[in-house]
Amino acid sequence: MSERKCTLSVLVENTPGALARIAGLFSGRGFNIDSLCVAETLDPTLSHLTLVTRGDDQIIEQIIKQLRRLIDVYKVVDVTEEGEYVEREMALIKVRAEKEQREEIYRICEIFRLKIVDVTPRTYVIEVTGNQNKLEAVIELLRPIGIKEIVRTGLIAMKREKKTT
Amino acid sequence: MTGAKMIIEALKREGVEVIFGYPGGAVIDIYDELYKAPEIHHVLVRHEQGAAHAADGYARSTGKVGVALATSGPGATNTVTGIATAYMDSIPIVVLTGQVPTKLIGNDAFQEVDTTGITRPITKHNFLVKKIEDLPRILKAAFYIARTGRPGPVLVDIPKDIQQSKGEFQYPDELDLRSYNPTYEPHIKQIERAYQFIEKAERPILLIGGGVISSGASEVVRELAEKLNLPVTMTLMGLGGFPGDHDQSLGMLGMHGTYYANMAVANCDVLIAVGARFDDRVTGKVDAFAPKAKIIHIDIDPTSIQKNVKVDVPIVGDCKRALERLLEAVKEAGKPKKYWKERFKEWWEQINIWRKRYPLTYKEDPNYIKPQFVIEKLYELTKGEAILCTEVGQNQMWAAQFYKFKYPRTLISSGGLGTMGFGFPAAIGAQMGNPNKLVIDIAGDGSIQMNIQELATAMDQRLPIKIIILNNGYLGMVRQWQELFYERRYSAVKFATIPDFVKIAEAYGAVGLRITKPQEVEETLKKVISMDKLVILDVIIAPEEGVFPMVPAGKATTEMILV
Repeated sequence: MSERKCTLSVLVENTPGALARIAGLFSGRGFNIDSLCVAETLDPTLSHLTLVTRGDDQIIEQIIKQLRRLIDVYKVVDVTEEGEYVEREMALIKVRAEKEQREEIYRICEIFRLKIVDVTPRTYVIEVTGNQNKLEAVIELLRPIGIKEIVRTGLIAMKREKKTT
Repeated sequence: MTGAKMIIEALKREGVEVIFGYPGGAVIDIYDELYKAPEIHHVLVRHEQGAAHAADGYARSTGKVGVALATSGPGATNTVTGIATAYMDSIPIVVLTGQVPTKLIGNDAFQEVDTTGITRPITKHNFLVKKIEDLPRILKAAFYIARTGRPGPVLVDIPKDIQQSKGEFQYPDELDLRSYNPTYEPHIKQIERAYQFIEKAERPILLIGGGVISSGASEVVRELAEKLNLPVTMTLMGLGGFPGDHDQSLGMLGMHGTYYANMAVANCDVLIAVGARFDDRVTGKVDAFAPKAKIIHIDIDPTSIQKNVKVDVPIVGDCKRALERLLEAVKEAGKPKKYWKERFKEWWEQINIWRKRYPLTYKEDPNYIKPQFVIEKLYELTKGEAILCTEVGQNQMWAAQFYKFKYPRTLISSGGLGTMGFGFPAAIGAQMGNPNKLVIDIAGDGSIQMNIQELATAMDQRLPIKIIILNNGYLGMVRQWQELFYERRYSAVKFATIPDFVKIAEAYGAVGLRITKPQEVEETLKKVISMDKLVILDVIIAPEEGVFPMVPAGKATTEMILV
């Protein structure tokens, strides 16, 4: 069976230890976590987790079932499973921006509609938001210029509403 | 009301009559309240591991939630093996541990350990109580979570200041746990599909596991099996879920299962698995497990389904309810018992050929007591009415093979974790919960030494447990593997010093007996059973006797090594 990437949207009780339970489940059963994003929801008693993992269908089925088995887990949705969805990630990239490179960096920012959020005589901090392909493309273009530091948020995702009523 | 008092009140509300524990600095307040609550019988163990196993044995033998109490730090860590044992076999226990005061948590205080962190992967759920207001609700939830759905151990870690602080005690009648909703009622469409497979089957078999026992489904299993004329095989945890002396019982399957059970599973065309999770000791090499079969799998835990084997009809639900629905579907279809008898006649003929070819057996030897003979005699003399606890290893497998467990909750054994030292403290729990039953611990000379300190506990409580040590002077199961797969390199399986178990018994004020010859077995067993005292019977058995049949690890279950 082939491996696929899977993005899970998980609602959990906002209690101490809930995140440790989920992380422990993955390490204890040998599942992968590619990225993990956690924040409060509109309901402060629930946290929302976006978790990107990989595996064949059987492993992903196990991951979902094992998550649902945790007492603190309220809901698990495989966003990538069916229908359309949007996904976004943000990165802050600190690039070397000496005189001779500033113009080129600026052009890349224009093309990708990136924001420069911090400027010093020798560096820019660039904010990139988009799907993972866009992030990868920007990183590849900036790499030869000289990336000093990069911080990524990890992926968040949401199912699209059905377009027909 | 103080937190400590709330704990006692909650135990009363939950109908707890007995708890197993060991005091310490972080639980003194709870012990102070226990002192004033004679209606809760506290059993003082000699090691916290014993408390957890005793609570487990109590739960397994009675079906009620077992309770253990330990102090912070080492008290809590000592319960870990016991909690993991209960977790692997889905046994409902609640473990209460003391913790250092809230403001000291994280400071590496005296006897501090991250108890909830350590026990997170081996509990169904655990709690650290941070506010006195939460305590009643958490205690209620602990019992509720432990016994509902797929049962399991729940730990509640209670800091000392919470035990001492005061709050209003309002024990909730109902709990609203929005994130915890076990599925009991099976999907009716799946039941119909299951019946369609059974209707088309020519060589069906029913495989039952521990879920049948925890859901109280053994009566329905019997009715269904008899109605459909199904052969029934059991996992270790399922023994007693269907009468071992029944014509349709093929006994245990798997690594040390019967030849005919393994052959029947390998050749069946429909396998109905109920409350079993297809452990590697049951399946052997997974690709060769029931290769021709459509598999119907009933389990309350969705994660058990499609985990190890591919299932054709998954049914999530309580085993008892699912079997009742299936039985209804069978009855609705209206085929009489006679029809099913006729339908599977050829299949039974084949099974009976296997049964005759390699029955469960062993070679007699006039010079040595054979352990299988001891268990056989014990079955005869007790008529299958005893509760048998076992340790882990050869003693456990001989007990599983040769004692025909007739009733659920009469075999108390660590199946999943395989915990040596489990049997005797579990027997203490079983005897506390079943004061009028004969409770026997089948032990080995290795296992019994892992929790032998609990002899004092059993003597304190005047429990007439019978410990039968099948003493071969070896860590026998490992020795057997070394004999078969490591060219007899007996590495670290022979103890240079074996204590005199008779004297040990006497030192604790119990009765100690030893036998060495086959002709002593029957008479001595009779005597032991009739005594109203704790007895250790040291049975010197054939030193290199093996457990057979045996499927080597990772092989197909048809590749059995026979006697």
